[in-house]
Amino acid sequence: MAREPLIVLSGVNKHFGQLHVLKDIELTIGRGEVVVVIGPSGSGKSTLCRAINRLEPVESGTITIDGEPLPAEGRALARLRADVGMVFQSFNLFAHKTVLQNVMLAPVKVRGRGKAESERHARELLERVGLVAHADKYPAQLSGGQQQRVAIARALAMNPKAMLFDEPTSALDPEMINEVLEVMRQLAEEGMTMVVVTHEMGFARSAAHRVVFMADGRIIEDRVPEEFFTAPESERAKDFLSKILHH
Amino acid sequence: MNVLSDNFSLFAKGLWGTVQLTLLAGALSLVVGVIIAGFRVSPVKALRAFGTAWVTVLRNTPLTLLFFAVLLGLPRFGVVLPFRVFAVLALGAYTSAFICEAVRAGINTVPLGQGEAARSLGMTFTQTLSLVVLPQAARSVISPIGSTLIALAKNSAIAGSFSVTELLGTYKPLNELGYSIVWTFVWIAVGYLIVTLTISAVFNLLERKLGVAR
Repeated sequence: MAREPLIVLSGVNKHFGQLHVLKDIELTIGRGEVVVVIGPSGSGKSTLCRAINRLEPVESGTITIDGEPLPAEGRALARLRADVGMVFQSFNLFAHKTVLQNVMLAPVKVRGRGKAESERHARELLERVGLVAHADKYPAQLSGGQQQRVAIARALAMNPKAMLFDEPTSALDPEMINEVLEVMRQLAEEGMTMVVVTHEMGFARSAAHRVVFMADGRIIEDRVPEEFFTAPESERAKDFLSKILHH
Repeated sequence: MNVLSDNFSLFAKGLWGTVQLTLLAGALSLVVGVIIAGFRVSPVKALRAFGTAWVTVLRNTPLTLLFFAVLLGLPRFGVVLPFRVFAVLALGAYTSAFICEAVRAGINTVPLGQGEAARSLGMTFTQTLSLVVLPQAARSVISPIGSTLIALAKNSAIAGSFSVTELLGTYKPLNELGYSIVWTFVWIAVGYLIVTLTISAVFNLLERKLGVAR
């Protein structure tokens, strides 16, 4: 299935001090593609995800989004980030704003849209994630799963070209994981381009087009989920899967 | 004993002078202090260096020395202004260094993820700071800023030595008129109490108001 490339990483390297966290990363994500990144902790998968919108600057290599190379810090970078939604492990909803204000803030201040239009759009998105009844609450009054769904709505409010998910369910109680995955599954079905760093193998199997397996800062395997889960090629992946799938 | 009733207008003028110095220098220090705090956390290295230099120089210079530098130094560079304006500049600049550090401490109490979320939505550095980080830093910054402004109110007494009308300076003419120095100072102290307790009250109110806002 040939897709038009949307996010392209080429020869990307990054160190944290002595630690070489990303080693010569080559990765192309097509428009409308859902790519799940898995791997043991410390393998560089979160760093990879954060590098795509330059929350982590990289030392060498190029990252392009929709043909445009990532600019250095400044207004151009801000414009580019506005087109790439990001969902964090710790939700990071603005604690001093209500749910509705959280979703409206960036469209009004960054996109310069009208308040009324932004509110209408925000309520639509909250309806979609099933939280319109909580629009006037503060984040601290919501459960983790609800906060994460608001965070997804907040990112969607910018009409992004792609969405990055950095372990979106890792901080959630088990019974709340599914409500978040359900929203993500819907997004995937609607054709959103998604990069998802996760430990949810069920989601990877059912929603992903490709699974990227990382270990020690390298991409070890990059394959269709069914193949990867039933017949992993590398020892590293076999070892990883045997540890997480059999318990 | 009747030093206050006999010289009420002199005291009132002095108190008003102190209030003016405190308000003007306070406003100046808040504006400059917040901007410099922004510099100190900015991604631009030159701004960070400027912010650090500003704080280091002003926080480590004795205020009296700073007054001399401003009142005697600036006119040499052709900047000639009334002493009252010079006093506001010196007090404001000095206090801004302390405000900056209080604000910066407040910024550091806001979780890193808040700024990252704002940036990931396409906000610029200034938007991230003013819309997301500073409003959340405000609660923890109120109390130290209150203390800094109280210190400013009392520091404004130094301006009296440079012939700017303010509360402490009123003791000189009263002493010459032969009034009891003890009672003069008691009433001056009461005047300062009025100013500083008012500042305390305002900041207590602010703290309570921001404390419930979430």
